[in-house]
Amino acid sequence: MKVAYWPGCVSRGFTPELHGSMAKVAPLLDIELVELDRACCSGAGVIAEHNQELADTLNARTFALAQQVDGAAMMMNICSTCQGAQSECQERLDANAEYRAHVNDTLAGEGLSYEKGLTNKNFLWLLVEEIGLERLRSLVRRPLTNLKVGPFYGCYIVRPRERLGIDSERPRDRYLEQVIDALGGSVIEYAGMRKCCGFPIVTMNKEASLKQAGRHLGDAQDADADCLVTPCPLCHLNLDLQQPTASKVVGRQLGMPVLHLPQLVGLALGLDHKELGLSRHVVRPTSVIDWSSSVVGAAA
Amino acid sequence: MAEAHDRPPEPFTLRLRRFDPDSGEAPYWDEHTVQLEPHRSVLEAVLQAKDRDDGSIGIRCSCRQAICGSCGVRVNGEPALACHTHLDAARAGARDGVIEIEPMGNMPVIKDLIVDMDAVHWKKIQRVTPWLLPKQPVPEREYIVSKESMVDVTQTMACIQCGACVSDCLAMEVDPGFIGPAALAKAYRFVGDPRDDEHFERLNDLAQDPQGLFDCTHCFKCVQACPKDVNPMGQIMRLRRVATADHHIVDRNNGERHEAAFATLVKDNGLLWEAEILPRSYGGNSWFGKFAPAAGKELLASLPTAIKGLLRGKMGPLSAIKPPHRLAREDLQAVQAIYDKVESRPQRYELNLYIAGEDEAPASPGDPVAVGLADEPGGKEAPPAGAEPTDTPRETREPREG
Repeated sequence: MKVAYWPGCVSRGFTPELHGSMAKVAPLLDIELVELDRACCSGAGVIAEHNQELADTLNARTFALAQQVDGAAMMMNICSTCQGAQSECQERLDANAEYRAHVNDTLAGEGLSYEKGLTNKNFLWLLVEEIGLERLRSLVRRPLTNLKVGPFYGCYIVRPRERLGIDSERPRDRYLEQVIDALGGSVIEYAGMRKCCGFPIVTMNKEASLKQAGRHLGDAQDADADCLVTPCPLCHLNLDLQQPTASKVVGRQLGMPVLHLPQLVGLALGLDHKELGLSRHVVRPTSVIDWSSSVVGAAA
Repeated sequence: MAEAHDRPPEPFTLRLRRFDPDSGEAPYWDEHTVQLEPHRSVLEAVLQAKDRDDGSIGIRCSCRQAICGSCGVRVNGEPALACHTHLDAARAGARDGVIEIEPMGNMPVIKDLIVDMDAVHWKKIQRVTPWLLPKQPVPEREYIVSKESMVDVTQTMACIQCGACVSDCLAMEVDPGFIGPAALAKAYRFVGDPRDDEHFERLNDLAQDPQGLFDCTHCFKCVQACPKDVNPMGQIMRLRRVATADHHIVDRNNGERHEAAFATLVKDNGLLWEAEILPRSYGGNSWFGKFAPAAGKELLASLPTAIKGLLRGKMGPLSAIKPPHRLAREDLQAVQAIYDKVESRPQRYELNLYIAGEDEAPASPGDPVAVGLADEPGGKEAPPAGAEPTDTPRETREPREG
């Protein structure tokens, strides 16, 4: 399956292991990634906060570039924040022909035009809806037996439900649990799994920001999780890179490895932890990997 | 729901969160089974349990038609108006077939499902000066304003003060002093009102408050919670736009600098230069921002995190000096041309789907659909006009009646 692939900025910046692991995992799932290397930042909601039309136009350009990818079934994201920010722009563009024409008028200088109705799915959604849990299960080479995994979704991929196409037919806010299960792991439910990591306010109110991250990590620890998995690189920054500081803010010891979704999938599909960039995390996933033998899962 | 209306009463089991702070006892769960038609509301079920099983169950209610905002609770963990939630839907959303009903969050419980709205919600509403501060002298007769200029604030006026957004606000959960979604949405009701004369003062006050305009963590909880499509977070973003772009307010919480730095870095590189965001948010929106005292202090505090990131190969040592990635020249120029064109408009062009409505059916059932349609039960009769005055030709259609 060929997809117009939007990695986002952070997966190529501060979390290079995300983009890297996606590239390794894609061929194992028969996903052909055509990278949208001409497209710009989605704005992560901040550009929309600055100027809504600007964010809509920049993303319409990305959508138009995706629609030009020959033979691509859809656009695919690996960043929850991009997914949410782009879905918001697309909602406006798709709902109103007059507005779309107005935005396309700005793109015309470059010979681009966005046509309503792009399908833009996060890797998580694509995994469940296009590849399917049964096929995923059949591809597992190293089941995550005994590995207790806590899902951490990130806000942008679970709210608002209507905009993101979440309903009883497509319970996209339950997909992480389904994927963990298909990979052979055990799902750990905890209070913060669909809450905010705090990243958007880390420069405005660092204490409130890291209190959020610290609480969720602590909740997961109390629920006895070995690690968390997230489809959002920005959540990863607050949960992993900032974890030592978050630990001080909440006044408790934290040691919770946080994996990117393609890393967790890659481990189960038999890839080596080094190929997946697991050594690049601030909190070493020692509870996930026995480093000497590369075996997944803590001893039972 | 026509079929549901025809169905006879059937048993529904409720699991109520009970708590009486005066009793000295801890909160507990209490189950009751009621007999009602499936289309009846969760409120009716609680009232039947109260009537037939236990008169001491506490719940606040009045209108029973989603107008008064009294019966805000959590149903199966999600905020809802008890009177606006059908029993069959509630049971379908329950984990084990039992409808779980709890008091709202972020507010102290007075008894059972009744929370202290005065202690939190109303105090926050008062914080934003929720009345008009008109130009003096006030006219002897009514104000004459254009219809279009008031359309913009109708979305915030749809608020019924139920507290559902306050209940679920994730910023308030860790920072109880945060002004919060309902009150900030109320603030926009006056900032967007052409008769009000203190827009700058209101915005400056909210922007400078460390628990004000820039304390919202962008989690969409309030957008999801609101039974009236007020979109509180959207109103907060509009307040930010008006504060920074129209009133040039630079706040002490780094809100304006963060936004400006983000937009500039994307304009300069096409992609985000993450290592520059932090110093510029603290020190000012230029490469030299990192040398400002405020940035220096923060950079020093962040040094252990940065060193760890460097050691683990998350960032290169040069990323502090030059961007790690940038679009090819031609694409960057195209992105910059978009910035130039959009930002040079005399007025920002904004599309609010709550106001404008949706002019087309969604492309396919799988595609995202618009929220806040005027003819939805929770929506108001919103005139299908553009949200804000624009420089682009855009027909203003006559408002639909009723």
